[in-house]
Amino acid sequence: MMQLTNRSMQVAKKELTLMERLYFPAIIKGMLITLSHLFKRKATIKYPDQTRELSAVYRGQHVLKRDEAGAERCTACGLCAVACPAEAITMESAERKKGEESMYREEKYAKIYEINMLRCIFCGLCEEACPKEAIFLTDRIVPSSFTRGEEVFGKDKLVETVEHRVDVTKRQTPEVLDFKTDKKHYHNQTFLDKKK
Amino acid sequence: MPKVTIDGVTIEVPNGTTILEAARMIGPEVAPPTMCYYSKLKTSGGYCRTCLVKVSQGSEKDPRPMPKPVASCRTQVMDGMVVENNTSQEIQEARAGVVEFLLVNHPLDCPVCDQAGECHLQDLGYEHGKSETRFEFPRREFERKDIGDKIQLHMNRCILCYRCVKTADQVTDCRVHGVMNRGEVAEISTYIEKSIDNDFSGNVIDVCPVGALTDKTFRFQSRVWFTKPVDAHRDCDKCCGKVRLWYKGNEVLRVTARKDQWGEVESYDGKTGWICNTCRFDKKTTADWTIDGPSKISRHSVISANHYNSLKALKSTLDRQKDALPHGEKVTLGHGALDPNNESK
Repeated sequence: MMQLTNRSMQVAKKELTLMERLYFPAIIKGMLITLSHLFKRKATIKYPDQTRELSAVYRGQHVLKRDEAGAERCTACGLCAVACPAEAITMESAERKKGEESMYREEKYAKIYEINMLRCIFCGLCEEACPKEAIFLTDRIVPSSFTRGEEVFGKDKLVETVEHRVDVTKRQTPEVLDFKTDKKHYHNQTFLDKKK
Repeated sequence: MPKVTIDGVTIEVPNGTTILEAARMIGPEVAPPTMCYYSKLKTSGGYCRTCLVKVSQGSEKDPRPMPKPVASCRTQVMDGMVVENNTSQEIQEARAGVVEFLLVNHPLDCPVCDQAGECHLQDLGYEHGKSETRFEFPRREFERKDIGDKIQLHMNRCILCYRCVKTADQVTDCRVHGVMNRGEVAEISTYIEKSIDNDFSGNVIDVCPVGALTDKTFRFQSRVWFTKPVDAHRDCDKCCGKVRLWYKGNEVLRVTARKDQWGEVESYDGKTGWICNTCRFDKKTTADWTIDGPSKISRHSVISANHYNSLKALKSTLDRQKDALPHGEKVTLGHGALDPNNESK
């Protein structure tokens, strides 16, 4: 037969020795390995009763931040969606009405903001693209569910509440943290600061 | 016919051509950017200084260089002129300075602005600007104004290029808006908020290089890069009827005139393709239009991020691969890859 590549090798068919033909020694050897694992440390943990320690830069479920005064930071600019390699983010914007200044920072806001957690690969590019410091990946693990629809997270699951803020400072370097809190920059001023 | 050399490329141009037009004849790699100059509008240009170039040899007869950078949109070529644009470090620095001046009062609200993604000032800022401003005073602020029920004016974003004023003068039969006041407090305004209700008033949206004049019917509807541009036409008794439709799904979100590679409204047989307000604001269903095909968008533009041209590109790549294969082996696309409905996943 014609050789297709030069990598094929001739297989030597060797006769089995007496020990190998007896079979039992090999089976006992295998059982011993299995038995020894019973006394070794377990590789798994009982999640969710137990949780593993996560790295400081772990990227888990997203959060849409509010500013100090409690206004939503997201302005639906669409940069996260265009940066997303998995195309997991969709949004629809709306215009802020008079009197809603304490709810939304800019004159435009995200009416609908959805992240499909089944599509998301947790790469963090949305966080990098965000010019308003609105979206962050946190150290929370996305809970599992029985239907696909439940894995599309809307604003109800993504936006942090005023009472329970999500801490994202652990992942930031001191310089970045400084840039994100310095009141000199426009993006750190709340509507209360602007009133002054 | 005078011969002019721009960035090392020599071209022969008709008498009376400006340096900018000569550079555009050579191509986009040497053409200086413009903010106020608009080739379709007479007497436009000369305000923004973005198109500054260095003339290192005035002409054949008088080879002395010009003493300082000149605005290429207003300077005519001479025989034997040598011009430096992108090759001159001095010009790049001067242009960065001009951008800084243009941005002195321009708000950083690109995430909110509907023009983002097709904004000339944004492009210019990315190419030449600095990331920080040195301006310590508050930016000037104006209230948002409605000019008629379809056009919105954000005076904060205006760079006073006068394009919309010239459009109203030259395309419509009467102008009701203009630049009021002078210097620091100059602003585009109408006489006592009078609405512009001319049939061709919508064209001021197309000529505005920034997001100062925007389409109210498109306000906050979508980001530009989530919409798909499609060229279409219809029989219109008022205008040429050749437009660009911006689709999101099956919905026409916006209708604009077609733009050429310089961001200007395209010409057909020497006539500029301005479109009327009926085409722009009132015909927003696919049934109103005959589709000509997808618009060509530069692959460097963020608008192409919606992978609109990928199908065509895929096909041409496959054809090229087919030619390259030795025995004419057949390359087939995956199932349904050429089905137009398959485009958006």
